[in-house]
Formats: sequence, C-alpha cells, structure tokens
Amino acid sequence: MNIIVCLKPAPDPKRWDSIELDPVTKALQRQGIPSVLGPLDKRALEEGLRIKEKYGGKVAVMAMAPPSAKDNLIEALAMGADEGYLLSDRAFAGSDTWATSIVLGKGVRKLGGFDLILCGSYSLDGSTGHVGTQLAEFLGVPNIHQVVTVEHIAGERLCTKSIVELGYRILETPLPCLITVTREINTPRFTSLFGVIEAESKPLIIWAAEDLGISPGDVGFNGSPTQTGDVFLPEMKRHAQMVSGDPEEVVQELMRKIRQALG
Amino acid sequence: MGPIRTEEWKGIWVFAEQEEGCLSEVSLELLSLAKLLAEKRKTEVSALLLGHGVESLTATLWAHGADRVLLADHPSLKKFLTLPYTRVIANLIPQKRPEIFLLPATSLGSDLAARAAMRVNTGLSAHCTNLDISDRGELMQVVPAFGGKVMATIFCQKHRPQMATVRPGVFRKGEPQEKKGAIERVPVEIKPEDLRQKVIDVHWERRPAQTVEEAEVVVAGGAGIGNPEDWKWVERLAEILHGAVGGTRPPMDEGWISEEQMIGQSGKTIRPKLYIGIGISGVIQHVVGIQDAKVIIAINNDPKAALFQSADLGALADFRKIVPLLIEELKKRDHPSL
Repeated sequence: MNIIVCLKPAPDPKRWDSIELDPVTKALQRQGIPSVLGPLDKRALEEGLRIKEKYGGKVAVMAMAPPSAKDNLIEALAMGADEGYLLSDRAFAGSDTWATSIVLGKGVRKLGGFDLILCGSYSLDGSTGHVGTQLAEFLGVPNIHQVVTVEHIAGERLCTKSIVELGYRILETPLPCLITVTREINTPRFTSLFGVIEAESKPLIIWAAEDLGISPGDVGFNGSPTQTGDVFLPEMKRHAQMVSGDPEEVVQELMRKIRQALG
Repeated sequence: MGPIRTEEWKGIWVFAEQEEGCLSEVSLELLSLAKLLAEKRKTEVSALLLGHGVESLTATLWAHGADRVLLADHPSLKKFLTLPYTRVIANLIPQKRPEIFLLPATSLGSDLAARAAMRVNTGLSAHCTNLDISDRGELMQVVPAFGGKVMATIFCQKHRPQMATVRPGVFRKGEPQEKKGAIERVPVEIKPEDLRQKVIDVHWERRPAQTVEEAEVVVAGGAGIGNPEDWKWVERLAEILHGAVGGTRPPMDEGWISEEQMIGQSGKTIRPKLYIGIGISGVIQHVVGIQDAKVIIAINNDPKAALFQSADLGALADFRKIVPLLIEELKKRDHPSL
C-alpha cells in the first residue's frame, strides 16, 4: 500500500485567545503562535500507520504550510511516517480550499502513484471540511467523508463505516481513493524516544511552487475563487434570546436551537 | 478557462436534500433564505431535487419558496452518492448558469458541495452564519474560523455560481404558502465511473455514550432540579439527544452524578456543540467550564439565574413542564439535527 497522509498544521488552539485583529489593516495577528498538528491529523496518520502495519507499504506525510511547519512534519515522522513533504511557498499564502486542493494535488502527482490518501475531516482553524473531497476530485478518485472505521481492504476495494446524520453508512470503494477521518476512528500512538531519534534520518523534502509546476497567480490570494472581505471578532459575551410563556412555543424555539447546534 | 461573464448567471439554486423520500428541514430553511435573496436580486429560486420516485416532494418545495423544481429522477440517484449526484449537478450548472447555489452543510451535503465546486471551478464557503447581497449585487458569505473566535465575510467575485453551505437551524423555515411553481425534468447522464462506489448498508443507529469532555451534547443539571425523581428528566433529555449527563457541585454532593460528570473550575471543562443547563444558577465556577460550548441553552424558572447571561437561548420556564414536551418533540425525529 502506497499511503499518503495530508496534514494541516494550524495555530495552537490553546493560544487562540491571543489572536487579534490589526485595527487598521484588519489583518489577523497570529504571529508567534506556533502551529500544531490537530487531533484529526494525528488520527489520519495513526490510521495510515495501522493500514501499513497490516497490509505493508509506505506512509508519506504531506502538508501545505509555512516553512515553520517543518517541526510538525518531523513530529509526524517521529510518530512513524516514512517520509515528509512540505509544500511551502509565499505564492501559496491566502489559498482557499479550491487552491489548497490544487497545491496538494500537484504534490501528490509529483510523488507518483498512491493507493490511499488520508486526511482529517476538518482542519483546526478553517474547519470547512472541504479540502479532502476537493483533493479527491482534483485527482479524479472517489472519497469517503467522515470515516469512523476502516473495516477491511480486500481485492483492491476498501470497506468503510462513515457518519451520516441518521447514523452510519457502510461503503465499498475501489482503490485508489481518499478518506477523511473523524475523532472516533482511533487513539493515536505516543511518540517514542526512538521514533524521535529515527525521524532525524528520514527524508523531509520541501517543494516550492516552481517544483510543482505552479505559476504564482494560479493559487494563493490571486488564484483563489473566493476572497476574504471583512474579518471581525464576534462579541464573546452571549446575549441570550429569551423565551417564556406558551410551553409549545418555548419547545419550538428550543428545537430550533438544538438543530442549529447539531447541524 | 476564460473569465466568466458574471452578469449572464442568474437565479438562485437550493439543493433539496432528501433521504428515502423525506426532505431535510434544512433544505426548507434554505428555500426561505433563497426567497429573500432572490427578492433582492429580482430573480427566481430553483430547488434541485435528485432521487428516484421523489416527484411528490415538489409541492413542498413550491410551498416553501421554490419557483421552479429541477427534477433529476433516475434509479442510480435513489441512494445518495456523491459521484453520480455531482455528475448531474456539474452538467447542469454550465447549462442553467445560476448565480448562487446554496446547499445544506450536512455530512452528505458538504461532500457534494465540495466536489461540485471543484469540478465547475468555483468558490465555496462553509457553514455560513449569515448570507446577504452586497451593494454590488454579490453574495456576502459570513463564516466562522478558529472555532468561532473570528468571523470573516467571503466573496466570490469572478466565478459563478457563488456557492455556500449552511448548517441546519441557522435560518428559519417560513410558513408554507399555497403556491404552485414550475417543474422541469433535467437529463441524467451517469457514467460508469460514477458508480464505482457502492452503499453496502445504512445503519440508523445510536452513537455510543461518551464522557462529558468528548460528548457533542451535554445536558447538565443543578441545584434547581431539587430531587432525584426530577433528575431523571436530565438523564432522559441527554439520552434522546445521544449526549452525556453532567452537573454542578450540588448534584454531585447529592450523589446524582459522579465526580467525572462535574463541570466547572474544579471539575471538567467541556467543548460540546450543544450544552443545555437545567436548573443551574450559573455561578462563575461552573460557567468557566462551559464557555467554549458552541451553543448554550439555559432552562430555569428563576429570571435572576446568571446562566442566562452566558447563554444563547434562555427558556424562562419550569423544566418539569418544558423538558417532557421537548422529549416528545425529539422523539418524532430520527435524529435531533433533522
């Protein structure tokens, strides 16, 4: 099995309180907040490692991120990945999900063939949940969103259990394909000291736009179909909408809020 | 791909999500929203209905704001699968040229939206909390980032359609109107490669019970519950919402919950999608443990309860009357999010 795990290093959630808006430029001030791998990144990698351990093969990790994310890839190598690829270029900055998927897709193509790509269902920061699906579309392979269990792989077909609103679906998908994983899928292993030492000798390759055959205007701020306008911080103190009186009406408002929360 | 002449793209589409012939509520909420946007753009709303033998849903879509239903009826579309659904939609978009396309941010809707946007090379925003038309006639899409700490307005200026997903319950469903619209059957050309993936089985099963820190839903009770008999309402509500039971210090002292279930400064800090606090006064020691919950609902008959200050929705009512009714209402649905 040729396995690629795509990771999304993001600013450490423990430090999100220090994210501020520049009052003049409206730019997000997040300098100095180190990036970390999210829980779903680690679960995607853990699942990739388990599949490799069971079916043989190789696990490569790949991320589109600033150069500082090298540390996050080293952590992934220490956890057990065989090789790391950091796609890093100023031209990638400001990429939306469409452009991010193209950068990752070109990275995957440069790497050669694959049987299975794993990603987290959502990133920590943007949390759109779109990149996995869009990467699969770019590569022309099927995908399964929100996988809770990889049941088995047999005869080039992957059997998975994934979340839908009403419960679960069991799907059978031919390889090569892409899956995005949820929190329930596994408990990621701890990194051993041996793993940390071993990571130092594993290949960690950095590719810029030119290496991937990407022209700067094709991705990033200018190449992305969406642009970000106003950025603002919502009021943190909540202003409760109050309901009282007719119990039926109170229940209807409760139902609406519950559905909003769980949707 | 050359630049798109955006002025040639007209009309608003809503993806009408259905499962086994049942329309999801969020599709109807999106139709109400689309109607408002269409009035501002002086254009019409089309509902996109895919499935097999689902024509009878057309009337409901008209009643909730669709001027036209684009119906794709085909045996291959009976069960939702992203690849054949994307094929139909991505073929239709360049023909019909809608300016805006809204989809439910459900697990299936999000997957479909992402693939379709990629295939037709347009922008897509996720989990919009507000959608409006700008002075320039563009769709303003307000989305959360960093767990809701930051909000951003997204535009899609040079590509069409402007696509966005919305979670269930964010917008209100309108009252159904006595209204008939148009129906248009659209061609379905599925390719063999669209049927590579197979649905083996669907389980409509409950997710396993979780701890308060892991649960997506936490129902917590406080001193206001009063006695062990009434504590059962806290447990029943948690059960039907597939959530975990938590509480403040008094219920722990009473032995209604274990130490692992106590939430607050000296207990657990939780980050569920939904927290419902019943009979909880809302002392700061408790509130610090729940402030990262996405949605906070407080139910209390004491108007002075401080928890109302930290809540998104406050029900000033006797929980003994409200919670049983709420449970009955939830029982009518297969899943609380629908």
